[in-house]
Amino acid sequence: MDLFLPESGLVIWMLIAFVIVLLILAKAGWPMIMGAVEKRNSHIADSLLAAEEANNALAGIEQKRQETMAAAQAEQIKIMKESQDLKTQLIEEAKTQARQEAEKIVAEARLKIEKEQAEAMANIKNEVIALSVDIAEKLLQRELSDKPSQDAYIEQLLKNNQPRIEA
Amino acid sequence: MNHVFRHIALLLVAAAMLLTPLRGLAQDSIPVAEEAQKPTEEKAEKFDAKSFIFGHTGDSYCFHITEIKGEPVCVWLPVIVKCKDGGGWHCFSSKHVCELKEGETFTHNGANFYIPPISAEKYPGKLVEVKADGSLSRPFDISFTKNAFGIFVTCIFLVAFFLPAARKYKKDPMAKPTKYQGLVEWLTYMVLDGIVRPNIREAKVKKFAPYLLTVFFFIFFANLFGLIPFFPFGANVTGNLSITVVLALMTYFFVNLFGNRHYWKDILWPDVPVFLKAFPLMPIIELISTITKPFALMVRLFANILAGHIVIMVLMALIFIIGGMYGAGMGGVMSVVSIFMTIFMTALELLVAYIQAYVFTMLSSIFIGMAQEEPKHE
Repeated sequence: MDLFLPESGLVIWMLIAFVIVLLILAKAGWPMIMGAVEKRNSHIADSLLAAEEANNALAGIEQKRQETMAAAQAEQIKIMKESQDLKTQLIEEAKTQARQEAEKIVAEARLKIEKEQAEAMANIKNEVIALSVDIAEKLLQRELSDKPSQDAYIEQLLKNNQPRIEA
Repeated sequence: MNHVFRHIALLLVAAAMLLTPLRGLAQDSIPVAEEAQKPTEEKAEKFDAKSFIFGHTGDSYCFHITEIKGEPVCVWLPVIVKCKDGGGWHCFSSKHVCELKEGETFTHNGANFYIPPISAEKYPGKLVEVKADGSLSRPFDISFTKNAFGIFVTCIFLVAFFLPAARKYKKDPMAKPTKYQGLVEWLTYMVLDGIVRPNIREAKVKKFAPYLLTVFFFIFFANLFGLIPFFPFGANVTGNLSITVVLALMTYFFVNLFGNRHYWKDILWPDVPVFLKAFPLMPIIELISTITKPFALMVRLFANILAGHIVIMVLMALIFIIGGMYGAGMGGVMSVVSIFMTIFMTALELLVAYIQAYVFTMLSSIFIGMAQEEPKHE
């Protein structure tokens, strides 16, 4: 049956039409569509990659921040500890100083007391001397009049002044 | 109600199938149908199922649209022929030859033409030149026939559908694609990722994708347009051997012209014992296989689409055959059955339209991919 025989005319039309369409679409059709879609594909892939990188960078920054925070906290603790130490040290120092000062004051006071004591002793000595001179004076006055009574008197004087001298 | 109706319809279908097992179709059984008609209605015009079916599924010089009051409404396509034996070119409207009564001829520049009916033994449905001595001669015929028209409709559609999208992509490749571009993209990548990429290695995809995409969409849209039953569609393009032979030749060309050394070595000097190739048994078989592959492609597409069209036409013809055999009443009943079955067949043909385009492209890309394979490195 001629149904199963190709017609030369139709074959020619088909060949011409199909080759023309193939050339048109192969030149201006498919490469544009494929090119654009592939370009978009790679663009999307790149964008995703960039986003991931940014994410990673962000994670790094976050880590750095945490590290910095931890460091700052440690620093804070350190400073607080130091200040605490300084405080106790200062207090200690102050205490020592105060003690020294007190000791100094006490020593000074003792010196003064000793000095005053010495002065008092000197005064007493002076008084003794003055008393001795007085006695001597009075003795000298009496000696001129009576010898035996003079001796008795000296004896008496000395007896009277015994406690003063001993002290 | 619906249920009962369905049962009746099924019964009718079964009865129709049993009573007329497509007898009206086979060439030799047509007289039987005629005989059955004769006693009942002597005057009734005989229904020629063969002419009806192959007239609609085959090629034609005019694009018949409908008939109004017995007058055919046609798009008259040009007839372009070159007569043999020194005759010149003739170009005229098919109106002159299609409307001829039986026995008449159309004379153009001294040559007489006519188209034998489809039931004729010699050159059925083809334009022939009637020589002076009464003998028939088939001229070299490149008429712009119904199928040529169908080819151009499909081609123009392909260009008009895909080229604007390509232009948009070229103008601004990074722009957000429109819905139309999305459709084009989806269709393109359905073929590209579903058929081409799995079979052809990546380095060669760009080289062969344009052909495979074009051939897929040509077959797919030609199949679909063949199912649309009105002008300017409805030409049985892919169910015609002349078209599939060109498509198969294109695949043959792309396989063998671009085949690499490894491919040719496998054909001419395959890895088989020497006595099989010294006496060139294997090379001969392999060379034949390069032809049988596209031949199978050609026949598969042609036969599948033609079969689908013929089944639909047979369902239509059944109405008239049954009507002729059992009267108009049964014909009316049969028409209901036929319409339901035609709807079913058309739905099936929609599937076949895609499957055949898919299969043709898939096998083409497998053959091309095999001719592009590099030897495996050990």
